[in-house]
Amino acid sequence: MSSALKKRIGKAVTWALTFLLMLIICMPGLWVVLTGFRPNREVLAKPAVWIPEELSLNNFAQIFGFGAEQVAIPVPAYFTNSLIIALTSTAIAILIGMSGGYAFARFRFRFKDGIFLGLMLSRTVPGIALSLPVFMIWSRIGLIDTKPGLIIVYVALNIPFTIWLIDGFFRQIPKEMSEAAQVDGCTRWQAFWKIEFPLARSGIASAAIFAFLTSWNEYALASQLTRSTDSKTLPVGLMDFTAQFTIDWAGMSAMAVIIIVPALILTFIVQKHLISGLTFGGVKG
Amino acid sequence: MAKIEKRLPFWQRESFTPFVLLFPAILTLVLVVLLPLLFSLYTSFTGYRLIRPDSLYNFVGFRNYERIFTDWDFWVAFGRTVLFLTIALNLEFLFGLGIALLINRITWGQRTLRTIMMFPMMFSPILVGYQFKFIFNDNIGVLNNALQSLGLSDGAIPWLVDKHLAMGSIIVAEVWMSTSIFAILLLAGLFAMPRDPLEAAKVDGCNPWQVFRHITLPFLMPFAFIAMTIRSLDVARAYDIVDVMTGGGPAGRTELLWTLIARVGYDNSRMGQANAMAYVSILLSIAFTYYFFRKLIAARRYMGGAN
Repeated sequence: MSSALKKRIGKAVTWALTFLLMLIICMPGLWVVLTGFRPNREVLAKPAVWIPEELSLNNFAQIFGFGAEQVAIPVPAYFTNSLIIALTSTAIAILIGMSGGYAFARFRFRFKDGIFLGLMLSRTVPGIALSLPVFMIWSRIGLIDTKPGLIIVYVALNIPFTIWLIDGFFRQIPKEMSEAAQVDGCTRWQAFWKIEFPLARSGIASAAIFAFLTSWNEYALASQLTRSTDSKTLPVGLMDFTAQFTIDWAGMSAMAVIIIVPALILTFIVQKHLISGLTFGGVKG
Repeated sequence: MAKIEKRLPFWQRESFTPFVLLFPAILTLVLVVLLPLLFSLYTSFTGYRLIRPDSLYNFVGFRNYERIFTDWDFWVAFGRTVLFLTIALNLEFLFGLGIALLINRITWGQRTLRTIMMFPMMFSPILVGYQFKFIFNDNIGVLNNALQSLGLSDGAIPWLVDKHLAMGSIIVAEVWMSTSIFAILLLAGLFAMPRDPLEAAKVDGCNPWQVFRHITLPFLMPFAFIAMTIRSLDVARAYDIVDVMTGGGPAGRTELLWTLIARVGYDNSRMGQANAMAYVSILLSIAFTYYFFRKLIAARRYMGGAN
């Protein structure tokens, strides 16, 4: 076999494998998205209907309460809850994380490694294990089934990782820049907002998106700490469908699409920073 | 300067600033994680049941722990959880490595491929579970439909109902969700890899396998351990997947430690015992994280210290 032919075969194999890989990654999600646009009877048909004959927005209209058939699941309320809870907890976690990340990036202090390890260890507690005591305490102080109750928990959940990422981004900015500004008469506070914050802004934004996604996607804690439309989030609401006598696959898929779409858009925006943040924080720690 | 520092009250001193900056973070974590966990530790020594609030003060010593350690169901779930994590993490590492090497060879469209690769990472575990519940459904699932249309099987294979297949289906979902974090970090490692040692090894007559085994792989290990450390922080996400896909069934065959805690604590309302189990699961998570974190430090040192 000539080496040119060998190279071409190698290239073909690489492309075939890549194609297969992308298929495995994309197909499950795409299938759910497609199902979200198909009527239930086509989903349930036997033998299977492979080429969709009918695509419509009916499922979406129905779960949002516009359709002819009413669905008993209050998706709009869940959507609003998810949005409020995820946005609020992200905003608070980023403020706290910025101040904490700055402390780790710019200061040397006693117990630094110990505090860092403690923060990270708090993140290892499994959601369901944490939910037990939080459930008991929240139900005593009246935070169960309220948005603030869940927001507080998500802030705590997001702080360690936010600090880790933001620490890495601040460390990439040379210390000398803010020192120069301070020599020129800025206070440390001004130097932070005028020099370091603008430079780290895109990194902080990606930490924010990551925190938002954690809250948006969380299930284990939310499923125990929420009860009603007052605070139930979308992932918990998705399980409402399984409680019905026959699973409404089309409606469930439409709801899945509503959960996926914001996540995918945000992932697309954040991908570059996330990779550099994770590897930087980890390898050069 | 030092004299001025002395005269200021302690909270305005430079050396105190980092603690001021970290105060909100520490306060939140103490209130939401540490104190609840201490309460949970106390509860694990009581016979607390949700339906009888006064039983919170019914101190029973180590009885909950004795009971779970002699409980066969608990040990089965514990062993299954460890086995599940071992299989899933190893598969994720192997696939992630393969994918990273594959994508690294491609020059055209690499950025797009990398973006697509990140998508499973951002899927809510609950969605991954739902998606695979739909695919593996015995009656209308796309997998059985495909097998039937291709004539490979005439019956409906009960992927999630069969006691042997159910755990495998859950592992597929878990691996699908988490392989990309390995792939992405290993790919980042491949990008950061210096060219010189590779060239030198080729000049010295190493074959591709030797180059991979002795140069590429050791260089990639810290990146693999970052991925492992990040993963071990959220291994308990598998709870969401199992809860959606099988709910721990059939007949407890897919019961993991985390679903068992939820069942004992919320469904049977035996909070004391559930908290004792929760403590075992927390220690398990910490052990996993600590193990990989140590490996990460060791691998970094082996590389000659990236500091």
